[in-house]
Amino acid sequence: MADIVIMPKLGFDMAEGTLVRWVRRVGENVTKGEVLAEIETDKATVEVESGFSGVVRQQLVEAGTSVPIGSPIAVIGTADEVIDLAKIAAPGAGAAPAIRAAAPAAGAASQSPAAIAAEPSPSERSAASPLARRLAAEAGLDLAKVHGTGAGGRITRKDVQAARGAPVARPAEGSSPSASLPPLAFTPGPAGEDVQVPRTRLRQAIGRRMTEAKQQLPHFYVTHEYRVEALMAVRAQANAYLGEAEKLSVNDFLVKAVALCLRQFPNLNASLAGDAVVQHAEVNVGVAVAVEGGLLTIVTREADRKPLRLLARETREAVARAREGKVRPADVEGPTFTVSNLGMFDVEHFIAIINPPEAAILAVGSVQEVPVAEAGVVRSGLRMKATLSADHRVTDGVEAARFLQSLARYIENPAGLLL
Amino acid sequence: MSKLTMREAISQALWEEMERDPQVFIMGEEVGLWGGTYAVTKGFYDHFGAERVRDTPIAEAAIIGGAIGAALSGARPVAELMTINFAFAAMDHIVNQAAKLHYMFNGQMMLPLVIRAVGGGGRQLGATHSQTPDAIFAHFPGLKVVAPGTPADAKGLLKSAIRSNDPVLFLEHATLYQLRGEVPEGEHLVPIGRSAIQRPGRDVTLVTYSKMLEVSQRAAAELAKEGVEVEIVDLRTLRPLDMGPVLDSFRKTNRAVIVEEGWRSYGVGAEIAARIYEEAFDYVDAPIRRVAQKEVPLPYNRILEQLALPQEKDIIQAVREVL
Repeated sequence: MADIVIMPKLGFDMAEGTLVRWVRRVGENVTKGEVLAEIETDKATVEVESGFSGVVRQQLVEAGTSVPIGSPIAVIGTADEVIDLAKIAAPGAGAAPAIRAAAPAAGAASQSPAAIAAEPSPSERSAASPLARRLAAEAGLDLAKVHGTGAGGRITRKDVQAARGAPVARPAEGSSPSASLPPLAFTPGPAGEDVQVPRTRLRQAIGRRMTEAKQQLPHFYVTHEYRVEALMAVRAQANAYLGEAEKLSVNDFLVKAVALCLRQFPNLNASLAGDAVVQHAEVNVGVAVAVEGGLLTIVTREADRKPLRLLARETREAVARAREGKVRPADVEGPTFTVSNLGMFDVEHFIAIINPPEAAILAVGSVQEVPVAEAGVVRSGLRMKATLSADHRVTDGVEAARFLQSLARYIENPAGLLL
Repeated sequence: MSKLTMREAISQALWEEMERDPQVFIMGEEVGLWGGTYAVTKGFYDHFGAERVRDTPIAEAAIIGGAIGAALSGARPVAELMTINFAFAAMDHIVNQAAKLHYMFNGQMMLPLVIRAVGGGGRQLGATHSQTPDAIFAHFPGLKVVAPGTPADAKGLLKSAIRSNDPVLFLEHATLYQLRGEVPEGEHLVPIGRSAIQRPGRDVTLVTYSKMLEVSQRAAAELAKEGVEVEIVDLRTLRPLDMGPVLDSFRKTNRAVIVEEGWRSYGVGAEIAARIYEEAFDYVDAPIRRVAQKEVPLPYNRILEQLALPQEKDIIQAVREVL
């Protein structure tokens, strides 16, 4: 009878692994202990050995899929036996129906891993280690409300610490600083233990990509200060025509301006491919959006050709989906240039890391009222700084500076953005 | 410090103690003219003479019985058993006489006796010559049981054993004689009944001793590549057992794997695990795992023998299971 190879647990935080590559194809022989596939865990790419000898009859997940530990990933059997997935997986009562349902499509080797994963029932999750019980009691935590991530769902120290680390209450934002001053006292003594908060997978992915980008891409940075009195005025006029739900943000104007400007600078709307620079036909501007556990780049396709109102609406809808965790692939796929805007947080200016395979990213600061000197007279003005980070393998400082200069024409003559 | 093999370290300890104290003498099968089955006492016969390096008949009960008599009379015998497996032929003398005389006669006599015995598997010597029955001997109060895993500890512990006024069973592992390590010259004493941290770490406490220390060190080095930092506690003495470093380490890591070469049932791992549960229950964050020999008489066939003995990969797997 055929055997099922499951996604192994290879590290202490590992809840799922991404199957990066199948080393043995369907129909190939494999001996117990030989490498069957490569999986990527949170830490590294690891080889999965086959626990059985025989012929690889089925691959239950496609390369690139993330699979919970314990889920079936392949079927090893003899060359000619009839594979009945439901029968092989019979012991796991919860798993069997899901596998039977998936069986007709098994030959296509494409069913979703979620259909196969056997969710542990809540009743199995009551176990807690003695240490976890003690720490929970000391912290006054109800163990029933702590999610266990140890073997078999056991609640361990890590889980209690994570639960305890969660914020209990937050002071209201913007409250008067004098309203509730804490008593002026300091009692020496232990401040409690350090709390380890597991990184989300999104945060880990960002970490990997940004580390790679910062290490491998030769970044350089050019900063320009824009006069935005006209932009702010035009925006105010335009918004007077629009309902609350349709208001245009400063960022919407910026995305439009950047998109039009990129049409003139195809070399910055580009990716590096070996010895060539691919200048993209479409101008798809990504906007970095903060979401739970990290950030995502929401893409506005063909931003140079879309009217500003449409561009703003599409961006707003995609951002809302991203914040609700319901992002669609099309919302995030294929940006050719990114705008990262921290203007709403009183940031003078900052520099961003390029999001590969893009060639550049624009970091935008706040609109600030500053003293400006013109023709020997100092007066008040509105200014906004933006810094372009660019990949030196693709472009250089002069082109970057010209781009920022050209961008000024759009930003400082904003009526053009409405046409 | 100089780099010595385990064999040289043990030999040096014996030599130095015999030079220091004329009451110390050696007896055993082939220890004299032949220089010892494992060549530990090579050259001793010519230097110290037949009075102090005594070849005995092939009769373990006679060796241990005679050594007990000599110890009771004021000498400090070091009796060698060619293998620990032959100790079973002298069991009555070891556990009923040596371990109990001091207690049963109100402390009237001391028993400064050392029994050196070679144990362990891995050399294809068959089921009756390859055992690791350390736990059996550590079971009996009245006997000290020592099992070093490094050349320096072997020298220091053997010198302490010879100077001890109680009977000490000194266990050497047949596959460790070639193990090299730094050994302090001259007066180097390691106290009996003291465990030691052999590798610091923060993630898992790995408790082991003797041959399995070497295997555990390899496993720990492998795990370190994955970022798992194993803390190794070397028991060194099985009785009296020093749980201090084990418990200190466990209270830090909250996870433990115990590695022994002998069988799991009623073994060293069972004892250590029970003590941890008794004394550090509120620090337990995962079930304690034991790595031990498969529960079969050790096969002669090389492949089967290695399959039955605990391997590096078994230790790595056990560590992953507790993480």
